[in-house]
Amino acid sequence: MAEANNQILSEAISAQFGSQVLSIEETYATLDIVVEKSIIIPFISWLKTHKTFQVNFLTSLCGVHFPEQNDRELSVVYHLHSFINNIRFRVHVFLPASQPEIPTLTTLFAAANWMERETFEFYGIKFLGHPDLRIILNVEDMDYHPLLKQYPLVDATRTDKDDKYFGR
Amino acid sequence: MGLNTSKLPNGPEMYVGEGYGLTQIEKVIGMARANSIWPLPFATSCCGIEFMATMASTYDLGRFGAERLSFSPRQADLLMVMGTIAKKMGPILKQVYTQMAEPKWVIAVGACASSGGIFDTYSVLQGIDKVIPVDVYVPGCPPPPEAILDGILKIQELIKNEPLRRRESAEYNDLLQSYQID
Amino acid sequence: MINISDDNFEKHKALNGQEQSDQELKQYNYLNLGPTHPATHGIFQNILKMDGEVIVDAQPTIGYIHRAFEKLAENRPFYQITTITDRLNYCSSPINNIGWHLTVEKLLGVKTPKRLDYLRVIIMELARIADHIICNSVVAVDTGALTGFLYVFQWREKIYEIYEEICGARLTTNIGRIGGFERDFSEKVFAKINNLLSELPAALSEFEKLVMRNRIFMDRTVNVGGITGERALEYGFTGPNLRAAGVDYDVRVMTPYCSYEDFDFTIPVGSSGDTYDRFCVRQEEMWQSISIIKQALKNLPNGDFHADVPEFYLPPKEEVYNTMEGLIWHFKIVMGEINVPKGQVYQSVEGGNGELGYYLVSDGGRQPYRLHIRRPCFIYYQAYPEMIKGSMLSDAILTMSSMNVIAGELDA
Repeated sequence: MAEANNQILSEAISAQFGSQVLSIEETYATLDIVVEKSIIIPFISWLKTHKTFQVNFLTSLCGVHFPEQNDRELSVVYHLHSFINNIRFRVHVFLPASQPEIPTLTTLFAAANWMERETFEFYGIKFLGHPDLRIILNVEDMDYHPLLKQYPLVDATRTDKDDKYFGR
Repeated sequence: MGLNTSKLPNGPEMYVGEGYGLTQIEKVIGMARANSIWPLPFATSCCGIEFMATMASTYDLGRFGAERLSFSPRQADLLMVMGTIAKKMGPILKQVYTQMAEPKWVIAVGACASSGGIFDTYSVLQGIDKVIPVDVYVPGCPPPPEAILDGILKIQELIKNEPLRRRESAEYNDLLQSYQID
Repeated sequence: MINISDDNFEKHKALNGQEQSDQELKQYNYLNLGPTHPATHGIFQNILKMDGEVIVDAQPTIGYIHRAFEKLAENRPFYQITTITDRLNYCSSPINNIGWHLTVEKLLGVKTPKRLDYLRVIIMELARIADHIICNSVVAVDTGALTGFLYVFQWREKIYEIYEEICGARLTTNIGRIGGFERDFSEKVFAKINNLLSELPAALSEFEKLVMRNRIFMDRTVNVGGITGERALEYGFTGPNLRAAGVDYDVRVMTPYCSYEDFDFTIPVGSSGDTYDRFCVRQEEMWQSISIIKQALKNLPNGDFHADVPEFYLPPKEEVYNTMEGLIWHFKIVMGEINVPKGQVYQSVEGGNGELGYYLVSDGGRQPYRLHIRRPCFIYYQAYPEMIKGSMLSDAILTMSSMNVIAGELDA
């Protein structure tokens, strides 16, 4: 049942958007769709208003950092869910680290508001058109984006963690 | 005529006679303070739930006199910091501490308040003694209610034996200066 | 520290798009609610813009307990992340733990035996009862009724005793392992669970009698902090908050995990999404959980309490000390020299507050490449300013406590 739905969905998406959908794969019975940044809002909007698919729920929105992929270092992952058809799938958009900008999803789903702020705070991805894009979880004067792979877990000003005692 | 001594239950040694008892005022004040603590539960995370269990009927904190919780620092004398303090919360914790009137005590409940706990990350304060002076540390993650009660008992011992003039002494003022609290 | 001034509300004007004249601005006063406040169960701040007693707007600030779980998870092997997941919704930590185990089992392609599934269901439903006991009794406390809280907490202690028997810890349980439990449940555990099931219904009904049809409680909670089903879906609500608004979405039914399809239970759904509906939905869910536990105990199959995957499940200590294979598997698993498949999975469970999801990206190493946790509290708390607009301050307090915002899950 889930496989049939995935098949129908991926065929409809390919038919509608053609080459702007960069790839559709199925892993662990879930579709992973990679699209270009330029069509992300029309794409999700089409899915939301589609009579059959009716993707009415944004489950989650997050970022991932792949430092070794040139020109595609940052990725925004949208987890979407259609209650009527019970399909879940993921949409990925890859952004270059030199220009990490992408249009905001808050016009379609109000839930994206804080999720985009969190992704901005962790990765530095700017969401164009967001009503209030600022740091949400850390201190206001945080000047770096902590979840990028080049930053360590422990902040550099720690003096009490002596590696000698931790066997490092 | 010799003076008899007697010890009040949970109280100081006294020379007693017919209708009077003689002891140091310091000890009576200590006894009164120790058995009527007004705690400020600064509960931030999981240790706060264990504190709720301590306040509930099975482990009743009220039997030690600490029944009346005060969420206003102006009316509290024991600051119980329970849970992780992030760097964003540090200045607020310090402000709450400075708003309390002397004499005040601080108990750090749980591993996160004592030393940052399992969260050795960029956003967590590694122990509240980086911003305020602490009197008793209760380890555990979270400490069971018995351990929190043990911490309260140790605070009671500290309170009972505290010299009257400690808060005006140079040593105490130096301690506060080292935390930039004045 | 946030200064209370009109500057903070400049941005808020853009959110709701209303223009305000200077004259209107002068009649408002700003109240700072939090971060340390008895009614905010957890630390988060709200600056309320008030017109007398009525709230006109609110600006929440969160992050006072941001502990960087997602960064921390990239530095810990899979089995050590269970302790981090405990601290998300710490009122019901077994659900978070088992959700994480299910995520890794999905990545590894591990099939779990029925007995394990049923035992996990029992633990998760007990955790759900514990979480809802806290939320409902605290809603009652915020209306002034302290008795219920003191009374039902005794049964929460009994649930803690059951966890202590199984895994040794009361609150942050770190229960089970990837692939199963460390040992089977002993007779004592089942005796304690049966004891709880015999005593809890009486306690719950007495709590209900005190509160649910109480005139004062109903006046305080009916039509307070309501939200419609459509708005709730837009805001990504899940769990009892969404079900109170009229949408019957429950992860246990929509995408069943852990053999939930074998159980017969109903999903309580409210109509107006107000505080009273949320209270009633949680209350009814507790009754449903009791029924599920009874079904699980009655139909508990015999079998293994762990999946048969020696490369991911630590062997029992007798084998480690006495056989060569046991020693080698133990070493390989702890040192991380096993092949973890590369890929990405998303697994969600029905937590106490809604859909708790784990998005795991694995690059074949011992630690996750990326772990993103879909935290229900974080997502539905965005709707708070909209829910309290136009209500009074005391209603705002009740709305917040009935939404069951747990600070650990909010900030992560």
